[in-house]
Amino acid sequence: MATRADDLAQGVPPALTAAPYQWPDACGHFGPYGGMFVPETLMHPLTELRQAYERYLADPDFLRELDADLRHYVGRPSPVYHAERWSRELGGAQLFLKREDLNHTGAHKVNNTIGQALLARRMGKTRIIAETGAGQHGVASATVAARLGLECVVYMGEVDVARQEANVYRMRLLGAEVVAVKSGTRTLKDALNEAMRDWVTNVDNTFYIIGTVAGPHPYPAMVRDFQAVIGREARGQMVEQTGRLPDVVMACVGGGSNAIGLFYPFIGDTEVAMIGVEAAGDGLDTGRHAAPLCAGEPGVLHGNRTYLMEDANGQIRETHSISAGLDYPGVGPEHAWLKDSGRATYVAVTDDEALAAFHGLTRTEGIIPALESSHALAQAAKLAPTLRKDQSILINLSGRGDKDMQTVARMDGLQL
Amino acid sequence: MSRIQTRFERLRDQGRTALIPFITAGDPSPAMTLELMHRMVAAGADLIELGVPFSDPIADGPVIQRATERALAQGVSLRDVLGIVRRFRETDSETPVVLMGYLNPIEVMGNVAFAEAAREAGMDGALIVDVPPEESHDLVDAIKAQGLDLVYLLAPTSDAARIEAIAEVASGFVYYVSVKGVTGASTLDIDEVSAKLDTIRARIALPVGVGFGIRDAATAAQVARVADAVIVGSALVGRIETLAEQGQAARIPTVIGDFLDELRTAIDATDNGGQYG
Ligand SMILES: Cc1ncc(COP(=O)(O)O)c(C=O)c1O
Repeated sequence: MATRADDLAQGVPPALTAAPYQWPDACGHFGPYGGMFVPETLMHPLTELRQAYERYLADPDFLRELDADLRHYVGRPSPVYHAERWSRELGGAQLFLKREDLNHTGAHKVNNTIGQALLARRMGKTRIIAETGAGQHGVASATVAARLGLECVVYMGEVDVARQEANVYRMRLLGAEVVAVKSGTRTLKDALNEAMRDWVTNVDNTFYIIGTVAGPHPYPAMVRDFQAVIGREARGQMVEQTGRLPDVVMACVGGGSNAIGLFYPFIGDTEVAMIGVEAAGDGLDTGRHAAPLCAGEPGVLHGNRTYLMEDANGQIRETHSISAGLDYPGVGPEHAWLKDSGRATYVAVTDDEALAAFHGLTRTEGIIPALESSHALAQAAKLAPTLRKDQSILINLSGRGDKDMQTVARMDGLQL
Repeated sequence: MSRIQTRFERLRDQGRTALIPFITAGDPSPAMTLELMHRMVAAGADLIELGVPFSDPIADGPVIQRATERALAQGVSLRDVLGIVRRFRETDSETPVVLMGYLNPIEVMGNVAFAEAAREAGMDGALIVDVPPEESHDLVDAIKAQGLDLVYLLAPTSDAARIEAIAEVASGFVYYVSVKGVTGASTLDIDEVSAKLDTIRARIALPVGVGFGIRDAATAAQVARVADAVIVGSALVGRIETLAEQGQAARIPTVIGDFLDELRTAIDATDNGGQYG
């Protein structure tokens, strides 16, 4: 197994540009990142999961079942929409939106929960658990659990339970039990810890659906594979609508699942720039942000090596973002690798910039975006005027903004 | 020979099972941790496991999580924990001390810097919960280069291949997690534990400690019949918490000492000694 030191000694990976991209390796490493940094108690459940994932993602019958659900239940393929008015207003590149906001449950999260829940059923598990921050992944998990008749428990930090009341209610309507997590910072990272603890305790009947490309192997690869439908569709749709590939693909990065879902099918297209947008919160220089790739350093959290936000003693730091879905101190290990190798670029936009983009898209296109997705929109709005009118930027509109009405209203001094 | 090895060999010669208490360093205060370590030795502890606080302890149940939070609230760092070990060594040069913690604080300090500082402080081994044998070979090398032992967990779900992989890297002793779950989990099934220990002993020549789920003298005695070491953590940490919350922190050493006395007596009464090797 390659250690981080081994990989760094070998230098930056030619693999990303020259040879076909084949990450992770057999042990779940993306270069020096990823892996399985977990207690022995988790090794067996992870091995069982990896075997099921490898088996069923090559099983035509499973893939047919998944595809049918994505079509008839989620509503795929989601459209790619040319935001002409917004493009004209910005006066540069043409902006295209991959409309994941139109999926059932209103975000890209369901692509993954459908996949993992079908896998859970194949494995004979009767109970699913999930962690959630904003509540979007929790809702998507509760939704598929309801549909498949599986018991569902969602772990959610106490702080998030209080600030995402509507989603908590949604999950309960769907029949899920929502457990308020009171440990640590009482946010998403602690919810993930608690879900892991549940999993080791109840592994016999329980499947843990992680909501992003984080966690130990095989989660980062598996969630990527379930989300890659975004990029596969969008690549074909761009060619169909514009006759060529986009110049830039762009997405917000919390844990990184909607971004990797869009990026992955474009990795071999080296002429396509990939830009991930993190949450700069109050600003990177204030320390109040959620931008590990832009302002963190490599370390180990939640079973994988990646960039994270930590203090001088290696304790994980509290994060801040206006969007609960980006409020996470780590990031998927594949993004760490794409950053170091230079294949993708990562930037960060502040709460204020994201809010401005939220209003901008709403007013010019009649589409209310999620605050998470608004981070990608804000970066696109900065980049577009610097490009030519015959160039294009494809942005992942990862979710719709209905869940953010209260947050945005509060910014405007209103109480809904 | 390492201090841990020496200790286990002596216990085996005496036909006794080791008693290994776990406490979180810095809970409820660093000064109290030092006092507790000495008191635990006086009460019959053969080896001490010292938890290094980490913000995201995924293998720990609520009791140890809260201890971790109390320690972190006082800013207790890995360096502080090594400082406690150094002071412990000023008056106790025999009782082995093993750090139990998570990888990230160690990496931030630096693998080699940590291993050197740990040896120099008088620490004897480390159990890094989130480092399986597959990962972090440079850290493993750094720790071994300092002559320190690396302790690994084994679980009810560890199959023969994993036990063998761990046998390759482990030294000092191995720590069998007796239940599916986190620290402080409920009940342990002694027959299951006993059967699993046979599987482990067929593949690992080291002493096998059993922990997670030992709550009182009765469970300690049960485990002592089959294990080489009885590891008790949450039951101690829970008592520390109760007293600290009641404003009776001063009584902690006495209460912990009395509790360990009780365990020691129960273990010795049923003892048939170590079965490893
Ligand atoms: C709409 C939306 N976009 C993005 C994210 C961030 O997650 P990821 O980076 O995994 O796509 C979330 C998370 O809740 C979300 O709800």
